[in-house]
Amino acid sequence: MDQAVMSGGFVDPPIQSAWAFRAAMTAMARPGEIVTVDGGSAPAPVSVAASVLLLMLCDPGTPVWLASSHDSAALRRWIAFHTGAPVVQTKEQAVFALGKWDRLCPLAAFPVGTAEYPDRAATLIVEMDELQPEGAVLQGPGIKGSARLNLPDVAVFRANRALFPLGLDFFFTCGDRLAALPRSAVVTAAGGSV
Amino acid sequence: MSDYNFAYLDEQTKRMIRRAILKALAVPGYQVPFASREMPMPYGWGTGGVQVSAACLVPEDRLKVIDQGADDTTNAVSIRRFFEKTAGVATTTKTTEATLIQTRHRIPEEPLTRDQILVYQVPIPEPLRFLEPRETETRKMHSLEEYGLVHVKLYEDIARHGQIATSYAYPVKVEGRYVMDPSPIPKFDNPKLESEAIQLFGAGREQRIYALPPYCHVVSLDFEDHPFVASKADHACDLCGSNSTYLDEVIVDDAGGRMFVCSDTDYCEGRRAAGHLGRLAAPLGQENAA
Repeated sequence: MDQAVMSGGFVDPPIQSAWAFRAAMTAMARPGEIVTVDGGSAPAPVSVAASVLLLMLCDPGTPVWLASSHDSAALRRWIAFHTGAPVVQTKEQAVFALGKWDRLCPLAAFPVGTAEYPDRAATLIVEMDELQPEGAVLQGPGIKGSARLNLPDVAVFRANRALFPLGLDFFFTCGDRLAALPRSAVVTAAGGSV
Repeated sequence: MSDYNFAYLDEQTKRMIRRAILKALAVPGYQVPFASREMPMPYGWGTGGVQVSAACLVPEDRLKVIDQGADDTTNAVSIRRFFEKTAGVATTTKTTEATLIQTRHRIPEEPLTRDQILVYQVPIPEPLRFLEPRETETRKMHSLEEYGLVHVKLYEDIARHGQIATSYAYPVKVEGRYVMDPSPIPKFDNPKLESEAIQLFGAGREQRIYALPPYCHVVSLDFEDHPFVASKADHACDLCGSNSTYLDEVIVDDAGGRMFVCSDTDYCEGRRAAGHLGRLAAPLGQENAA
């Protein structure tokens, strides 16, 4: 096994995953807030932030689905070595999914949970070219008034919110920064209604 | 430091708990099942809260633990020592200095800030459990948003007692969707559930985690003609004189003598240190002089 596969993990997993979780929890609890993480680097093109999320959250119990923008033999080996998570072929099996927005879409096949177990829904890690507190307007739990985030779409997230309490949850990653959009957030397009 | 992994739990367990916490934050008020571990303390002593705290702690944290508002009771002292030993974190009794507060049955009087996390120890997470003992049924009731039974219970309170007699673990509706048990906090604390801080609830024996994100909309259930009242004992604190805090009643002799004191010991000490004196208080530092 080559060096690239074995490197890029946490040097001190208990501490680094604790820091990473606090950042990820802050992001999920305060939709739109952008936080910074470090400590992980999966093979290109995976961002630092997405690598950290995979290291912190994935294990043999969490199947991962890779979009074509990110699916590579190197990444599959890296995920297997560092997390033990199985990489699955179909979106229906995914607990986590990673990729660019246009390659993750359509989202209909990802599990959104069941009426009795809405937690059994996939979490999507969306790799972004940039992450800015501008654009779409977010409202809902965790947000005082409103927040803004340059979401890749609006209609998709409004449809996702309509499923509440079912639905998908999202992390958006760019470099070492990440933000989150839980299914509870109400999204409107910048400058008016959709 | 010790020979324990950071914050006692193994990494696999913490990952599982962290995933549950993230889902709990995404669906406020919904109880996420998790694979609760045996902890080195008995059920009922905060095993759920301890597991949630362990999953959240970072080395830079300053931990405060309260039991019914007090920092100096057995449960609070032992959990604080537990994390001093296994996570090496700093601890405090001051609400304003704490970054993570684990609590049993109270919300601190001091308003929490956005830099703080409040972790509740929860005995029975299911608000419908005493009305419907079967988990299969309560789960279905939550999925169908069928909460008529809770209102019937509150109505029966009024029919029997003339008022809603539920005084703690008072049910709330979160974001207009899930009815949630806020753990056995006095209903005086219910308005504080709408907070700037992240609030996490851990039930160890019952294997559930749920959460309230900041600024989450939390409504205490009531009726138009019997609105919710955040009641407290109609006294002032006998030590610090505060009229606005939740009070404990303390029996002081066998002749019917009693006093009322703040349940939040840190808040009470802070007020006394600032010069506020209640009916029975000696000036701070002179308690033994009298």
